[in-house]
Amino acid sequence: MAIRVSLLLLVFLSSAVVSFSLYEDQVGLMDWHQRYIGKVKHAVFHTQKTGRKRVIVSTEENVVASLDLRHGEMFWRHVLGTNDAIDGVDIALGKYVITLSSQGSMLRAWNLPDGQMVWETSLHSAQSSKSLLSVPINLKVDKDYPILAFGGGYLHAVSAVDGEVLWKKDFTAEGFEVQRVLQPPESSIIYVLGFLHSSEAVVYQIDSKTGEVVAQKSMVFPGGFSGAISSVSSDKVVVLDSTRSILVTIGFLDGDINFQKTPISDLVKNSGNAEILSPLLSNMLAVKVNKRTIFVRVGGEGKLEVVDSLSDETAMSDSLPVADDQVAFASAHHEGSKIHLMVKLVDDLDTVLLRESIEMDQHRGRVHKVFINNYIKTDRSNGFRALIVMEDHSLLLLQQGAIVWSREEGLASVTDVTTAELPVEKDGVSVAKVEHTLVDWLKGHMLKLKGSLLLASLEDVAAIQEMRMKSSGRSKLTRDHNGFRKLFIALTRAGKLFALHTGDGRIVWSMLLNSPTKSEACERPSGINLYQWQVPHHHAMDENPSVLVVGRCGSDSSAPGVLSFVDVYTGKEISSSDIGHSVVRVMPLPFTDSTEQRLHLIADTEGHVHLYPKTSEALSIFQREFQNVYWYTVEGDDGIIRGHGMKSSCAGETADEYCFTTKELWTVVFPSESEKIISTLTRKPNEVVHTQAKVSTDQDLLYKYVSRNLLFVATVSPKGAGEIGSVTPEESALVVYLIDTITGRILHRLSHQGCQGPVHAVFSENWVVYHYFNLRAHKYEVTVVEIYDQSRAENKNVWKLVLGKHNLTAPISSYSRPEMFTKSQSYFFAQSVKTIAVTSTAKGITSKQLLIGTIGDQILALDKRFVDPRRTLNPSQAEKEEGIIPLTDSLPIIPQSYITHSLKVEGLRGIVTAPAKLESTTHVFAYGVDLFYTRLAPSKTYDSLTDDFSYALLLITIVALVAAIYITWVISEKKELSEKWR
Amino acid sequence: MPNLTLVLFLSTLLFSSSFAFQSDELLLDDEEFGLEGGSHPRSPEPVITDSPPKQTPSIRRRYSDPDLDSKIQFTLEHAFGDSDFSSAGTFSARLKTWSHGGQTLTKLRFSRNEFSDEEKDAFQNLLKGDDFYRIRLPSNVVTPPGREYVIASVRARCLPRDGLDEHIVIHMDGANILAVSYGSPGACPYPRQLKLPGKWTFNSHTILKSSEQAPRTPIFTEEILGSSENMEGEAEAPVERSFWAKYWMYLIPLGLIVMNAVTQASNMAEEQPAGSQGQAPAAIQRGSAPRRR
Repeated sequence: MAIRVSLLLLVFLSSAVVSFSLYEDQVGLMDWHQRYIGKVKHAVFHTQKTGRKRVIVSTEENVVASLDLRHGEMFWRHVLGTNDAIDGVDIALGKYVITLSSQGSMLRAWNLPDGQMVWETSLHSAQSSKSLLSVPINLKVDKDYPILAFGGGYLHAVSAVDGEVLWKKDFTAEGFEVQRVLQPPESSIIYVLGFLHSSEAVVYQIDSKTGEVVAQKSMVFPGGFSGAISSVSSDKVVVLDSTRSILVTIGFLDGDINFQKTPISDLVKNSGNAEILSPLLSNMLAVKVNKRTIFVRVGGEGKLEVVDSLSDETAMSDSLPVADDQVAFASAHHEGSKIHLMVKLVDDLDTVLLRESIEMDQHRGRVHKVFINNYIKTDRSNGFRALIVMEDHSLLLLQQGAIVWSREEGLASVTDVTTAELPVEKDGVSVAKVEHTLVDWLKGHMLKLKGSLLLASLEDVAAIQEMRMKSSGRSKLTRDHNGFRKLFIALTRAGKLFALHTGDGRIVWSMLLNSPTKSEACERPSGINLYQWQVPHHHAMDENPSVLVVGRCGSDSSAPGVLSFVDVYTGKEISSSDIGHSVVRVMPLPFTDSTEQRLHLIADTEGHVHLYPKTSEALSIFQREFQNVYWYTVEGDDGIIRGHGMKSSCAGETADEYCFTTKELWTVVFPSESEKIISTLTRKPNEVVHTQAKVSTDQDLLYKYVSRNLLFVATVSPKGAGEIGSVTPEESALVVYLIDTITGRILHRLSHQGCQGPVHAVFSENWVVYHYFNLRAHKYEVTVVEIYDQSRAENKNVWKLVLGKHNLTAPISSYSRPEMFTKSQSYFFAQSVKTIAVTSTAKGITSKQLLIGTIGDQILALDKRFVDPRRTLNPSQAEKEEGIIPLTDSLPIIPQSYITHSLKVEGLRGIVTAPAKLESTTHVFAYGVDLFYTRLAPSKTYDSLTDDFSYALLLITIVALVAAIYITWVISEKKELSEKWR
Repeated sequence: MPNLTLVLFLSTLLFSSSFAFQSDELLLDDEEFGLEGGSHPRSPEPVITDSPPKQTPSIRRRYSDPDLDSKIQFTLEHAFGDSDFSSAGTFSARLKTWSHGGQTLTKLRFSRNEFSDEEKDAFQNLLKGDDFYRIRLPSNVVTPPGREYVIASVRARCLPRDGLDEHIVIHMDGANILAVSYGSPGACPYPRQLKLPGKWTFNSHTILKSSEQAPRTPIFTEEILGSSENMEGEAEAPVERSFWAKYWMYLIPLGLIVMNAVTQASNMAEEQPAGSQGQAPAAIQRGSAPRRR
């Protein structure tokens, strides 16, 4: 039975689905994929042995990766889950990479050369606490030297060989927080130093074989401890007291504890609050005080003395043992356009082992982190290489005063994406030669011809492939006729803008929003969103488009905002301004001024809105439409959605004539005991709808309810807001709403009993598709809701249309009573989803595809036809002809319709679609840790020939036909003549 | 097969209009309200209008029924433009408490206060300025005002027709009011024309709406699949179409050829009346025949 069913399904699918899949040789023609790792947190060098030198890094995107030190390429990479943050990484036994993650509850070992997982141990964790990983340095494979991992109140000793937990010590009862673990070599005693309630220092001596506590000493420190701890030597740590003004040196030699207090004011005059910096330096500690970094040497008896001080913007590395029992560390700081890297001996700060200054791109910002590694030069002296992490999250390797390689890791944390056109090709500007010579062109086409006639040899095939890959104008920096070449402007978490070319994915320009050279009130704005500011059509030849970047000076929403206008062609900041009010919402208005700058309204926390650009022209345009501007706010925590209208200029309060007060027009209050907002969504403002009407099978006409002012809201029971499966089906319900944002009318309300979020939705034209979990069926479901307008339903009569007695051209008002009906249908969907998007084309004629980012970090293209609410079990002949697919209970996942084919967009977070000029084609850009771009034609490229179309073959065919016609004509003439002579 | 019909029924439920509300729609009828009100005769409308505007809606619960049904009242308040809210009318309804703990409102009645003279002036100002007429309801009818008021507003120019027509849709969830939709019952196209109402009486329509349950996703069990498969098996046997429907694409060219041949044959018959054997093929061959000679 099952076989027959699946066979039927297969037959039906193969007939119903246009194949979206591509052939093997088409991979990489239209798509590109870039792999990143994110901002590096820890780095461990592995350079001891001969062979490939590598560095193991763990990043803020929860990636552990092995990079080639020579070229910066990735040997291997593993992306852990979003909740699996890496706390520590180290190399054990010289062949395993050990990672501790999830707040010290996951310990994994990866094989160093190839990244295969060797073992994984889940550690018991009772509470959330800081975690600590301590890996013995010696290479002996011995159970006497276990890996020690502290996390969640437990100290675990784990064998490095197989991940077996040798013993564990429970500290949960006391509330003991382990700060340092010391494993003296050639000793079976482990010293564990920790704090009890931040006021008592305790040292345990633990037998490393059995885990038994041999001795325990504790000492109360009346002031209490706070902040980071710095371990200056094997038996001494320095910590700040709770007032952050006294440095406390704790010695725990042989299990005895002694405190030594040194007020910071003794070291530095007029000191404020101090902060201990993280670097591990031997017998020295770095303290940040008064915006300077001071180095404090810790003497033998715990005596502290200041030895050096550096400016605040200096990054330091951990100390590194070099030859002759000496220890060195590196520091890097920015000065002008240069980076100064210095490697000094810890014991003698005047001995500079290395001093290099490297010219650095302005748009990388300051140095955030430095990791150093030494090597033996050809002249047997010590050489140093430094891995530095910049403010824009990029990773660079410096060696011998030069940048050996760099990786743009900022692109692993893209937060917002918009598209921009490329410059128009001008006559005067010579464009890079495309087709080099006629001979080359002919040769190329002959090769293609060979390929299409199946005459090509293997080398020819390779040559054809290569030719296609760097085909003609793929990566030109000008607009093309089909709109295939575009720029994707991506804003990253570090506040950097990147312009990526759709042709090959290269970075055309990049720009850090705040260069260090600028002295601003706002030190480090974080970018929030990107908006199209100016898209010139009338003066496309001589005006450059620009984007608006809205940033914020702090992390909380009431922090003042920053606007920055960036030229899209050049990547230069046109202007930037501190706007002096907070940014809650940015609303692009559907009006542009004479220079085609789009009007934007920015709402602040006080309920005022501010108009940009601040020109009198914009003001006059806005005042004309003043009555018709509405906006809404969603208060997710309170479960209230409010609608606002414009009231008046806030001239009474401030002199700012571009500021307006608003009034509350409607509220929707969700009962807090039964509903909690988990998702809101609107239509894309620039979406094009081709037709309002939809002809159904029985020649009936349905009018789509197409409104820009619809808001989709999904709420769940507060209990059901947690993880899937945390509630019973009776306790959880999911309710979805469609709300008109002008009047606050609820147009559609549907509750799904026994269902739970997370809800991922997509809203386009007159339909919403949303994905959620059904607790009763234990499956994910996808529901589609389509809204149709009934007030126009009478406009079916042709005569009415001919005579103009229809209301199709009448303006639609939200204040009219809506006459609409909805159709909906639910389907099971086998996969959990990370994000959903929909294709968009220039005119909206081409049928749509849902782009579903699946849990496997791939993108599935699913025809909208599959999520049609009109599907029935047995469609009539007419319905079949219209393309209605028989109803099934679940949506098919066809492996060929993964647009990412064999690739994975690791850590997928969002999918952006943009139309090309060619109606059939849409650009798809997916971002996460990786980036992926491709061009899609949901209904195939019906309006153009494919790239690999052989013009030569066509030409030859025509020539051959003409020749054949001529020859047959001559022959027939001859024959006729001979017949006449007969 | 019954299963199949059940599934079909479910799927038709899906397509059914969203206006399946649980509602009680009635025009204001004072006398009926008085009857419903039971022992406490309510003061006539103008009294309420004259009374100072109440800031919080009043609730009177009378446990008239032994089961947990209770009468409940809540106030509709209105504001003209940016003015403060004042009482505009009273809703009364029956709060039914179900055995499983849920509560629903039934038998909603609405009594609208007449506009006072000041309110008429205020409303006329709204009409002139095309400003908003706003109403609000408590978000919880048992413990008003609940968490917050539920506000709705409409451009004042949308309301006047003959009288003042209003259409109130109250979205309920148990005893909570989620949202209220307020507006005129008909269209209100932009640009809105200034029109003063003929009568200053409200013509109110109120509708209670509660959430609609989503139909369950059709689950095709083996049996249903089996039956549907059988169905498809039947369907796969080609439906007997008419001869013309099946072969029109062949018949039309054939007909054209035949017609062509017939006309040619008739032409030939005229030319050569003697050649009675002038068949169409022969007529075609005639052209080449002289060449062979």
